[in-house]
Amino acid sequence: MTETITAPTPLGAPPPKNVLLDVRNLKTYFHVLDGVVPAVDGVSFSLQRGQTIGIVGESGSGKSVTALTVMRLIDIPPAEIADGEIWFDGKEILSIPIDEMRKLRGNDIAMIFQEPLTSLNPVFTIGDQIAEQVERHKKVSKRAAWDRAIESLQLVGIPSPERRVKQYPHEMSGGMRQRVMIAMALSCEPKLLIADEPTTALDVTIQAQILELLKTIQDRTDSALMLITHDLGVVAEMVDHVCVMYAGQVVEQGKVDEVLIDPKAPYTMGLLESIPSVEKRGGRLSAIKGTVPNPFNMPPACRFQPRCPYAWDLCSEKAPDLYPAGNSGQLARCHLHTPAGAPRLAAAMVDHDRKLNVGEGID
Amino acid sequence: MEDETRRMDATTPTDAPDTGPTDGASTEPAGGSSPTEMNAAPLPERPPLGEPLLQVRGLKKHFPIVGGLLKRQIATVYAVDGVDFDVRAGEIFSLVGESGCGKTTLGRSVLRLIEPTAGTITFSGRDITQISQDELRPLRRKMQIIFQDPFGSLNPRMPVSDIIGEGLLAQGMKDRKTRDKKVEDSLEIVGLRREYTRRYPHEFSGGQRQRIGIARALALGPDIVVCDEPVSALDVSIQSQVLNLLLDLRRDLNLTYIFISHNLSVVQYFSDRVAVMYLGRIAELGTVEQLYRDPRHPYTVALLSAIPNADPRRRKKRLVLKGDVPSPAAPPSGCRFHTRCWLREKLGNPERCSTEEPALRDFGAGHQTACHFAEEISEQTIGSVVATQSVVETAVADPA
Repeated sequence: MTETITAPTPLGAPPPKNVLLDVRNLKTYFHVLDGVVPAVDGVSFSLQRGQTIGIVGESGSGKSVTALTVMRLIDIPPAEIADGEIWFDGKEILSIPIDEMRKLRGNDIAMIFQEPLTSLNPVFTIGDQIAEQVERHKKVSKRAAWDRAIESLQLVGIPSPERRVKQYPHEMSGGMRQRVMIAMALSCEPKLLIADEPTTALDVTIQAQILELLKTIQDRTDSALMLITHDLGVVAEMVDHVCVMYAGQVVEQGKVDEVLIDPKAPYTMGLLESIPSVEKRGGRLSAIKGTVPNPFNMPPACRFQPRCPYAWDLCSEKAPDLYPAGNSGQLARCHLHTPAGAPRLAAAMVDHDRKLNVGEGID
Repeated sequence: MEDETRRMDATTPTDAPDTGPTDGASTEPAGGSSPTEMNAAPLPERPPLGEPLLQVRGLKKHFPIVGGLLKRQIATVYAVDGVDFDVRAGEIFSLVGESGCGKTTLGRSVLRLIEPTAGTITFSGRDITQISQDELRPLRRKMQIIFQDPFGSLNPRMPVSDIIGEGLLAQGMKDRKTRDKKVEDSLEIVGLRREYTRRYPHEFSGGQRQRIGIARALALGPDIVVCDEPVSALDVSIQSQVLNLLLDLRRDLNLTYIFISHNLSVVQYFSDRVAVMYLGRIAELGTVEQLYRDPRHPYTVALLSAIPNADPRRRKKRLVLKGDVPSPAAPPSGCRFHTRCWLREKLGNPERCSTEEPALRDFGAGHQTACHFAEEISEQTIGSVVATQSVVETAVADPA
């Protein structure tokens, strides 16, 4: 397995050839009546060709806005891309004209949305909707585009595609519609597939079908996958690398096995501790105290400090950067991984291990 | 009691509390039912812990589908179609299943928030299926519900005092002062500040709103609370706060819960006994240990296999079910699960599955399953099915 998270390239220069998507210090702010919401505030990550990355976070953490900014589907104004670069396939795509972006969208970068019912047009057959984009991007005849639609429905396991292709979205179940969304996304053989909570609206047995399907197809077509989810279980099964987001920032990133087995940022630790499990039966669940910060009134330094069980003075004075933690390229936004935090680190890890294994509340 | 409840104030003005009530605080139910406060009506005694509090027999709820020019009934949705179970006093009884399996309809039918089509419901030894709404009203105090959506279930135009106080008023607590006191007490019990009574729902976060919903249910001093997906709309970190609160309240107030959820990990952590539902029927019923360690229905096996595990060390190959849940308006003949059943396929599609509806049968110690071939389920059979399944062709149950 090759490494997705590479050393940052100096701003302005294209990333190495094997890097398909390189997001650098991205800042997407929303200007609203009450002030400015820093929805995405300095996010950087990169993704190699054919690899998978997971963006995890709770509601309001900025994971969907990150994806929409990559697609350039954010309305400006009220949004503003205050800073950053997004390199896709050797090109900086925040600065290209929107017409050129439209050629990439659906063709080289495709997106699967959470709610398949609202993302499909109810008045066109699904065949029309898939064929439309094939026709537009691949410059082929109507006939060929239609055949391609049937082919992609077959690829995602929809039975009798010749008949299904003439149906309308309302004639299908939720799982089937999500398959149609995937078929549509795959119809132009994109280099990057962005899936925003692709299974959140689905039942657990259907979720299992869709996840297995995404995995199989990703192996087959060798496209890169950026998976956005709040479900750590889905991340564990689907991706190679993961970025954990909190309040608009990446608080931890690394290989999925390392981040989920040996988390280094207190927020990730807290998330994993609060997952109900059989071992915790009879005891209390560990909970992260308090709630996510108000975006108009972010904590001055570390954004997790008011909820963090390990915070000390430094945490409310100086905002932490992403520091290397562990031996395998894992990064964590926490002062525990600086020399100043070193004396506290061991105790924090012991505490985490205890909470992970037995149910116990934080006082 | 005053002092006891004071101790539990654990909130700051802006934050949700870290935990629920502190340990060891023994509290009275928020809405004691002394005759001077609420309408005096003879309420049935709660049976001792472990005895059946709620008995459901042959419960059915069918919804008509009307259509055509004359608005005639053209079909029937068999939302709940013959369900039997007991809920024992003090336990957490969970109903799990996918959307459309009838778990919510069942949860509401046992409280008669939806009138059942057939069957009997016995609550604290009293048959509540046939009694009139007037007779039922005083009993409602003992049977409450918490809803899934913390945004949709609180009236945005009512302050918290009215949201929680409405039920008390309906139960005849006319005096505003007594009512407000009771409202404040129940806010305190769920870990919110007493001063919050004047606020409106939009001023609270999702987790806090869910606490208000819980306070509303507890204000009347219920014996049984139906929790309909109480944490599904919440983020993980908030979810554990609310689950902890529900567990504390059960211990302190001797509550019984019917917990409705589609999340099998939460159910495993939270409940004592579980009923797995599929298309309006119970597929399997047993304690958490029985069901999760030794599932005896092919549907339960598939549900358990489908849970994504956050621990990469426990990553495993999944048993993926084919197709979608059939429509409850046209449930399959025989065993309702036979159209998607991996075990039936493995056994060479025995005819019995599609002709004869399996009844719940006992596997010992109260573990019941509704499968003709439950004995065939083993690690080996499951393993061999997982090894040979084709993932892309999982959508095949096509009702051409």
